[in-house]
Amino acid sequence: MDDVTKAVLDYVKREYVEEGDDREVDADTRLISGGIVDSFSMVSLKRFLEKKYQIKIPDEDASPAAFDTVKSIVALVARFRGA
Amino acid sequence: MTGVVSYEDRLKGFDWSLGEKELGITKDGPINIGWLCTDRICRMGLGQKTGFIWEGSEGAVRTYTFDRLRVLSNTLARFLEKHGVAAGDRVCLFMDRVPELYIGLIGILKRGAIAQPLFSAFGEDSLKVRILDAETKAIITQRKHIFKVRRMRDSTPSLTHVFVVDGGAEGLKPGEYPLDLEAEPPVEEYAVHPTTAETPSILHYTSGTTGKPKGAQHVHYSVVSQYLTTKWVLDLKPDDIYWCNADPGWVTGTSYGIIGPWVTGTTQVVGDFGFSSDRWYEFIEKHRVTVWYSAPTAIRLLMRDGDAPVKKRDLSCLRHLCSVGEPLNAEGVIWSREVFGLPFHDTFWQTETGSIVIANYPGMVIKPGSMGKPFPGITATVVDPKTFEPITVPGRVGLIALRPGWPSMMRTYWRNPTTYQSKFKNGWYLCGDRASIDKDGYFWFVGRDDDVINTGGHLVGPFEIESALIEHKSVAESAAVAKPDHVNMEVVKAFVVLKPGFEPGDDLELEIMNFIRKRLSPLAMPQEIEFVAKLPKTRSGKIVRRILRAKEFGEPIGDVSTVMED
Repeated sequence: MDDVTKAVLDYVKREYVEEGDDREVDADTRLISGGIVDSFSMVSLKRFLEKKYQIKIPDEDASPAAFDTVKSIVALVARFRGA
Repeated sequence: MTGVVSYEDRLKGFDWSLGEKELGITKDGPINIGWLCTDRICRMGLGQKTGFIWEGSEGAVRTYTFDRLRVLSNTLARFLEKHGVAAGDRVCLFMDRVPELYIGLIGILKRGAIAQPLFSAFGEDSLKVRILDAETKAIITQRKHIFKVRRMRDSTPSLTHVFVVDGGAEGLKPGEYPLDLEAEPPVEEYAVHPTTAETPSILHYTSGTTGKPKGAQHVHYSVVSQYLTTKWVLDLKPDDIYWCNADPGWVTGTSYGIIGPWVTGTTQVVGDFGFSSDRWYEFIEKHRVTVWYSAPTAIRLLMRDGDAPVKKRDLSCLRHLCSVGEPLNAEGVIWSREVFGLPFHDTFWQTETGSIVIANYPGMVIKPGSMGKPFPGITATVVDPKTFEPITVPGRVGLIALRPGWPSMMRTYWRNPTTYQSKFKNGWYLCGDRASIDKDGYFWFVGRDDDVINTGGHLVGPFEIESALIEHKSVAESAAVAKPDHVNMEVVKAFVVLKPGFEPGDDLELEIMNFIRKRLSPLAMPQEIEFVAKLPKTRSGKIVRRILRAKEFGEPIGDVSTVMED
């Protein structure tokens, strides 16, 4: 697992998975459509990514689909880190 | 659309007793919503009809006939009785959208207890303040939420019973009991508590500008309004498959996500998953949804994803679309006409009204962006904010006012009659919203008349957010206001004055955001925090939120003569 995937996955598990929720969360787990992260909380996740990776993700790119898995989030980060 | 009765015809000679007649009840006889939603439907010969199709986030599907819903809700009522839950006790439902939530509400009502549904994304502070206020006796929850419940139990002495619907008895602590409905002995016949028209049924908490959240107390007679509005506005018919997006932690999710469809004997589908255009359209196609009750926030997210996901699916099953939560902008109506061939019909109501009070009706000419017209039996107008007299000039903005007396009007705020009384002026119930009425009688929403924030269709009180903010170690004082948002209509923005020794910055902003999200809820989390040196205040020290709000909306600040300058 690369560093970005690990950092995002750790953050998601720490911040958004309920203490009593025993679901396994991995890079392919559905976060938004699976009900783990709601669309309001997506803003704090976006803020975390922007801060940690010194990027700016435009609102039009911060869609529920782009934030639906750790894998898709990592792709989004890669896109804007390279921009 | 065939068989649609015109709005004008509905108005002629309307009387709420029509609902009583169709439901086979009288105002002074027994009325129990739980019984009407299940036993009555079975007695009509619909016991083997599918009442409920549930789909989980991982794709599991469970199907229930009305008879199964009847027996399971009986079983739950008996279970509560066995554990000492008495009529009038408050029983909280604190679950995701699992079947036990829906069956639980019906079972609680059959027991004669008062259901207190709370949004499962609430953090422990939001949960605690509502449990303390209602002096809740029992809570029905899931393993995934039990830690939040445990953390507040020491400070909620009334809460003697915690029922957990999954995971069996393993690891449960004293006062916690497993509730496995499928494993309990099925109760074929249950003596439903003899509730009557004015027996309290549901407590839904709502936020105001000041003070704690208030419990809007509804009664079993509300079913008359819910039944007629479901038939006439949502237009549910015997062969419909109905999907309501709302969570039963909020009033739409109970009035039209449980009671409305079941009291009309309609099959409803529920998806326990979050937003995804693909998944939602797939769900509609798979279950052949015919009537869809959604919300402007969701509609705007769907619009953002464009037409392509729609074109991948066969959505020809849809025949009627409605929306609630905040005003649906004209673009949403026009877009849905283009992509679904059907307009979304906007509806207006609130926690306190218990059912739809202003709506766009099937068959009525829709003016995109308008709230529509009052439901038959509802006397609605806009009144002058100073005299509280009805405004007769078309297009002039006033306060939305309703003449009290319809069946589902809240009866009081739980143990807070003073605030309840303050909602009435000159014989009108004031909704707290501003609107105008055009020459054709259509209502047009303008905005809230107070500092309450309407985000994604949910009202969030600034006081609750500010109270939580100052519990953060860095915050000296704060103000929470609405900020315009193209998806959620409004989002929370917080202005924060830091204590000495703390420096503003991205790290601190994110820390405070997450602090509020966990303490209160994702809805209450400020989407932006502005660190300021001071807040605008009156000479008596009261924070003037309207100045901060006006700046966010680019509106005139108004009279600042009472605001202190230094």
